[in-house]
Amino acid sequence: MLAFAVRRILYSIPVLIVASFIIFALGSASADPLAPLREKNPPAPQNVIDAETVRLHLDQPLLQRYFGWLGGIFTGDFGPSVVSTANIGSDLADRFLVTIRLIALAMLIALVLAVVIGVLTAVKQYSKFDYSATFLGFLFLAMPAFWFAILLKQAGIEFNNAVGTQAIYTIGQVSVPPPQGTGAYILDVLGHMVLPTIALALISYAAWSRFTRASMLEVMNSDYVRLARAKGLSRRTVMVKHGLRTALIPLTTVTALDIASIIGGAVVTENVFQWKGMGDYLVTSIRQNDVYATASWLLIAATVVIAFNLIADVLYGVLDPRIRYA
Amino acid sequence: MTEQIDLSPSRRRGTKGDVVLEVAGLDVSFPSGDGPVRAVRGVDYTLRRGEVLGIVGESGSGKSVTSMAVMRLLPNTARVSGEIRFDGRNLLDLSEAEMTRVRGSKIAMIFQDPMTSLNPVYTIGAQIAEAVRAHHDVSKAAAMDRAVELLDKVRIPNAKDRAGSYPHELSGGMRQRVVIAIAMANDPDVIIADEPTTALDVTVQAQIMDALKAAQDETGAAMVLITHDLGVIAGQADRVMVMYAGKLVEVGSAEDIFYTPRMPYTLGLLGSLPRLDRRSARLTPIPGSPPSVVNMPPGCPFGPRCPKHTEICDETEPELRPTTGPAHLAACHHAETLVGAAADDVFETEVADAEALHQLAEETP
Amino acid sequence: MPETTTAATTAAPAPDREFTVAERSQSQLVLRRFLQHRAAVVSLGVFVALILLAYVGGWLWKYDAGQYTPDNSVPPSWDHPFGTDSAGRDQFAQVLRGTRISLQVSVSVAILATLVGTLWGSIAGYFGGWVDTVMMRISDLVLTLPLIAVAAMLAHNFGGTWYLIALVIAALYWAYVSRVARGVVLSLREKEFVEAAKALGASDARIILRHLVPNALGSILVNLTILVALAILLETSLSYLGFGVTPPDTSLGLLVSEAQTALTTRPWLFYFPGLFIIIIALTINFIGDGLRDAFDPQQTKVRQ
Repeated sequence: MLAFAVRRILYSIPVLIVASFIIFALGSASADPLAPLREKNPPAPQNVIDAETVRLHLDQPLLQRYFGWLGGIFTGDFGPSVVSTANIGSDLADRFLVTIRLIALAMLIALVLAVVIGVLTAVKQYSKFDYSATFLGFLFLAMPAFWFAILLKQAGIEFNNAVGTQAIYTIGQVSVPPPQGTGAYILDVLGHMVLPTIALALISYAAWSRFTRASMLEVMNSDYVRLARAKGLSRRTVMVKHGLRTALIPLTTVTALDIASIIGGAVVTENVFQWKGMGDYLVTSIRQNDVYATASWLLIAATVVIAFNLIADVLYGVLDPRIRYA
Repeated sequence: MTEQIDLSPSRRRGTKGDVVLEVAGLDVSFPSGDGPVRAVRGVDYTLRRGEVLGIVGESGSGKSVTSMAVMRLLPNTARVSGEIRFDGRNLLDLSEAEMTRVRGSKIAMIFQDPMTSLNPVYTIGAQIAEAVRAHHDVSKAAAMDRAVELLDKVRIPNAKDRAGSYPHELSGGMRQRVVIAIAMANDPDVIIADEPTTALDVTVQAQIMDALKAAQDETGAAMVLITHDLGVIAGQADRVMVMYAGKLVEVGSAEDIFYTPRMPYTLGLLGSLPRLDRRSARLTPIPGSPPSVVNMPPGCPFGPRCPKHTEICDETEPELRPTTGPAHLAACHHAETLVGAAADDVFETEVADAEALHQLAEETP
Repeated sequence: MPETTTAATTAAPAPDREFTVAERSQSQLVLRRFLQHRAAVVSLGVFVALILLAYVGGWLWKYDAGQYTPDNSVPPSWDHPFGTDSAGRDQFAQVLRGTRISLQVSVSVAILATLVGTLWGSIAGYFGGWVDTVMMRISDLVLTLPLIAVAAMLAHNFGGTWYLIALVIAALYWAYVSRVARGVVLSLREKEFVEAAKALGASDARIILRHLVPNALGSILVNLTILVALAILLETSLSYLGFGVTPPDTSLGLLVSEAQTALTTRPWLFYFPGLFIIIIALTINFIGDGLRDAFDPQQTKVRQ
């Protein structure tokens, strides 16, 4: 089991390295940090442009810049930002902590929803519940994340107006200034998380619930489920111990495959609710043609995706003995 | 020209016990886009303790559906009527909760494909223990001990260690033996084996049949052996039922069926068995295919393929009538014409082969 | 061979009573199954109607998108069914224009990504070995990144017009398709008809094009529809963030972005574009579902 995990980790390292190169190359090719300076009116003086060129390593060839960046990362230096006073590394760390709680909680809720709805619609196939749940799922699959988030935000505002006080937070990830005391702070953070988490969770659950339904149907028709019933186990026991347990295994892979798009969803959701998280950082970095910041962001995102896939792989091995020794 | 099939006395069970299962007028149909599919049309039989009843038929004859109906494991869409008398009650009247008490403890079933019958994520020991604990209030440890004991009985080597293995670590034959162990776990009164060897190599078949015999000896159960393979029936069954298109077409003891068949279909089945001891005789395959059980026309369903077919065969479906004795029934208007007949008396041998050989014989100098 | 003189009444076999159901051809079956899927058929109708509305309706409509009328911030009325914005632009025309652009982007993306991805995945799956490994690693790499982030980065530099946005998005989505195509080819490759074709001496190219692709047609079509839906969601999200289609072109996402601050005072600016996005994605998804059922009816009814 351990060997399995270690092997998977070793597998991922070269992938990450190649990814980092592609990210850096693409990032460098897609943005010219000096363009804003040149396009300013009046344009920035030549000595400023020259100084920035050196500071941003633009006088070096691509490969040298890349290795410099990669090397620096190991010491926590993610390279020079267009904003000379900013430290990309620490900024990313702060933003990451903000976003990860949104993603983690939303994924958890989405998973629970997906399993519950997926199993219920499979067991009550062709019932009214199945049809309405399926339709709702289709609706959320077709729903643009930003539109739905705005809708929720508006609902929050209306609710607050109706109730009279700010019962639900609609802006930011935490109040400004943040309340004193850990308890109050945590409550405040959680309060700000309500709407964005609901938005992200509802956008994400639909595909998973369809998949769970299909997986459950397939398992329920299997021979081993039939044998389990022939043993004299109650329908419910068969469904949970044999049906669910086996049907949920492929869900780990499906969830992991979607992590990249959930990050994308978080970017959009954060934008709507004006969080100062990874999403806002990305948008700003791209707008400012900040190559190092954008590349670093993408690298972090890629690392998260690869790490998630790794966890899913190992989890799959834990759940399914057939591939454990493969 | 009747051949002798070896039904060695050592394989026969001597005394028959009491009636343990009685099926009366069993009818099963499924709705479909083209009309109701009548998979089982009025089947009656009795099963006695300790005996082996073989049910023979092609795919689609209704043999599996009959047994699934007994276990009440058919899909909800199935329409089942008739009576299945077991332990003084009609199984078709039982609630689902009561039925789960019957399944696995009074009536057990073994399915065809051992590769998919076991859940891949649980150990085989756990799956056997689960069957025990479903019906007896024992500790996990005690159930596991029983599981090891059962694995031993079906001749799985190193039973104690093996109990912790997963199904994918075992061969098909071993997996099927695990399934048999599960079936005998709670000393059932009836064991239904639905094509237990069909998915396995011939070499493994004997092992499985031995394991089934061990199961029956151990539990004293009555066994229903469903198969399309007459060879498997020959060595094991006391009585045989032949099914075609959802109905019983011949019923009798093994000797009745093999030595004095009275229904052309049975004769055809016997004739299409490849035999090592019949060098000279040719195979007599039955031409055509089984009918669709949707919108069945009147008359005998075997009619279109039967060499003994006459007009009356298309008018009325023959009833099961006694032939050589009261316990030997056949559903054929022309049962008497089959006295002393062998397969190649009634069916054509391979026509194509004969012509080609004829031609070759004429060409070679 | 001597004539058989036995009376016809004795040994004549009865007429074929085997088949009581009429035979149907393959494509007829597919069509029939599709038509049985009510949601898919209705969706197809709605989708076609929407396309007609966007192009023909937009062309015939009395106002042009971007045309300034004197009616500022007017709620929906007979003259302006979707109302107007603060600059007096008729929203019905705007939404139709946004629909045209968003549709053009999604359909182009779907076709382009499907072509590239199917070829890529088929070649990888068919040849296997290191060809497969290298090709799929590249495809996987593309998928480790959040697509909206990469698209935003690329589009910021190269984008603005709808076809460039389509190109950027297609350059990412082909990876999804390649994975699916490879899976299909892998499953088909093992089938006997491929071995048979090989035994008859068919070249690799011939096998891929004449045998594998037609059998994979069902999956390809279904995935095409999924792509259209995904592409329209990605494009509108990009445009919403400001990285997608930019003025003078417009997109449904851009319209929503411009409307979000006015949600309480002028909700019509927000709801109509969003509704159109949902309708497009929803109908496409249902059509895809219908296609999936038509090509491969799984009919998994539970054994109770």
